[in-house]
Amino acid sequence: MLEVKQLVVAYGRVNAVKGISFNVEQGQIVTLLGTNGAGKSTTLRTISGLLTPVSGEMWFEGERLDGVAAHKVVEKGIAQSPEGRRLFRQMSVEDNLRLGAFSRKDAAGVRTDMDRIFDLFPVLGSRRTERAGLFSGGEQQMLAIGRAMMSRPRLLMLDEPSMGLSPIMMQLIMSTIRSLRDEGITILLVEQNAAAALKLSDKAYVLEVGQITLEGTGEQLLGDDRVKRAYLGED
Amino acid sequence: MEYFLQQLINGLSLGALYALIAVGYTVVYGIVQLINFAHGEIFMIGAFGAYATWMILGQPTDWSTTMSLLVLLPAMLIGGMVASVTVALMTERFAYRPLRNAPRLAPLITAIGVSVFLQEFVRLFYGWVPGFPDAKSAIPFPSVPGLSGESLQFGEVLIQMPAVFTLAALAVCSVFLWYFVNRTKTGRAMVATSQDPDTARLMGINVDRVIMAAFALGAALAAIAGVAHGLRYGNIDFRMGFLAGLKAFTAAVLGGIGNIAGAVVGGLVLGVAEAMATSFIPGQFGSSAWKDVWAFALLILVLVFRPEGLLGAKVVDRA
Ligand SMILES: Nc1ncnc2c1ncn2[C@@H]1O[C@H](COP(=O)(O)OP(=O)(O)OP(=O)(O)O)[C@@H](O)[C@H]1O
Ligand SMILES: [Mg+2]
Repeated sequence: MLEVKQLVVAYGRVNAVKGISFNVEQGQIVTLLGTNGAGKSTTLRTISGLLTPVSGEMWFEGERLDGVAAHKVVEKGIAQSPEGRRLFRQMSVEDNLRLGAFSRKDAAGVRTDMDRIFDLFPVLGSRRTERAGLFSGGEQQMLAIGRAMMSRPRLLMLDEPSMGLSPIMMQLIMSTIRSLRDEGITILLVEQNAAAALKLSDKAYVLEVGQITLEGTGEQLLGDDRVKRAYLGED
Repeated sequence: MEYFLQQLINGLSLGALYALIAVGYTVVYGIVQLINFAHGEIFMIGAFGAYATWMILGQPTDWSTTMSLLVLLPAMLIGGMVASVTVALMTERFAYRPLRNAPRLAPLITAIGVSVFLQEFVRLFYGWVPGFPDAKSAIPFPSVPGLSGESLQFGEVLIQMPAVFTLAALAVCSVFLWYFVNRTKTGRAMVATSQDPDTARLMGINVDRVIMAAFALGAALAAIAGVAHGLRYGNIDFRMGFLAGLKAFTAAVLGGIGNIAGAVVGGLVLGVAEAMATSFIPGQFGSSAWKDVWAFALLILVLVFRPEGLLGAKVVDRA
């Protein structure tokens, strides 16, 4: 579904992503693991069209993705919930969700989808007119995921959705991600919480200073000694 | 008391003029963090666009009040808006957009250049367009029967019709702005972009289009102000955007730059402050020569004690 080939992305003259290649298959959860500064967010931002690659190719459903403007990437069916959630804090829950559906023209469908988000996350439904900035971290993360869902993406990219959440909240977010996949949405997940992410993943890649150093199924990486040492805190 | 009310009305109508221009500074700043110093010239172009429309209509001088208010005035407003929106979009496209990712100082200097360019461009028409004097003297603005020279009397308080027009225009524009920002898709996109441009793009918002909408919106209101200015003072000239622009910019900062309601409030406060200073400060310090001094002194005071402006820059929130 998504193919990234030899992607190089730079900030100024410094390469942050140094020629990575990976695939995301339809219907899977694919995880990018890596320590701080490895280039995970840079990769997602490039797929979304916020950054222009120096070289390499990106293909989505058989069409060239690099060079496509960010707002067109959403129309093609790729949504992102960015790192740090980046909600419109001054706006209500409803307004945030409506902005998520900005590229859509079917008002009725948008309303149904909003109700589905409220079924999925009842806290949001019961406080739908409150400003997003007033919600707890976990609730804000739900809203960020819901907002990304509002464009009806076929590929949903989540950048560190468990960041700063309590273990219970994290489990809730992780099980939500699983159920979204079961509904048929393909997921590209970036996580620092390796154990939780790998248990969920069909496929995973380890990114280190801009390069992919390991890849395999979630289970394979969970059992890999190097991953255990570097990301799971075991020895 | 009557004297106070009279000065209050004078101040409010002057302030309404500032407010109409100030909105343009604030929406553009809120989205691209550019202080568009050429915005005063967009206001000037609006006045000249209205003037040109009047010439195209055959310089009517003997139209009835009804015809003037229902045909001439709307035509001049539309003509002014077309001129200023077109020019504002061109400056955005050809002067500012290429500098979108440049250091902040570059577009700022460009804005000053655009401002000089537009003044000189209009000045080139002087002398060879019929109706434009060849000297650098002001051009008489067409009079609109029913507005120009007319006034309303409430007891001792006299309100000039051009002042009524300015206040009414601000009222209508404020309602429109509220509706636009809160109820239209483009308006919501504008607020989202001013809060977080990258996330706005992730929502599928075309930020280039939002920026164009901001320039166009500011220009349209500035054009209305240009017509109001022409009706109020009876003449226009290619330099009129300088001081009016500076005052409106002051108003925008006063209200909290980036905040639309702030621009309206800041404009009104500034206008009233000027009117009160010239009527209640005794001696030469209350002379009209000093009113600009008091306006800018007010700005300095507000910036010292409330740097975020009267209403604060709530639109630009990156917490
Ligand atoms: N806007 C920027 N300008 C310059 N350098 C940047 C910028 N954003 C990121 N970088 C650099 O690019 C590299 C990759 O950053 P990136 O944010 O993609 O890492 P990450 O894997 O998402 O890390 P984290 O887990 O901390 O979110 C880092 O060295 C970072 O310092
Ligand atoms: Mg990151």
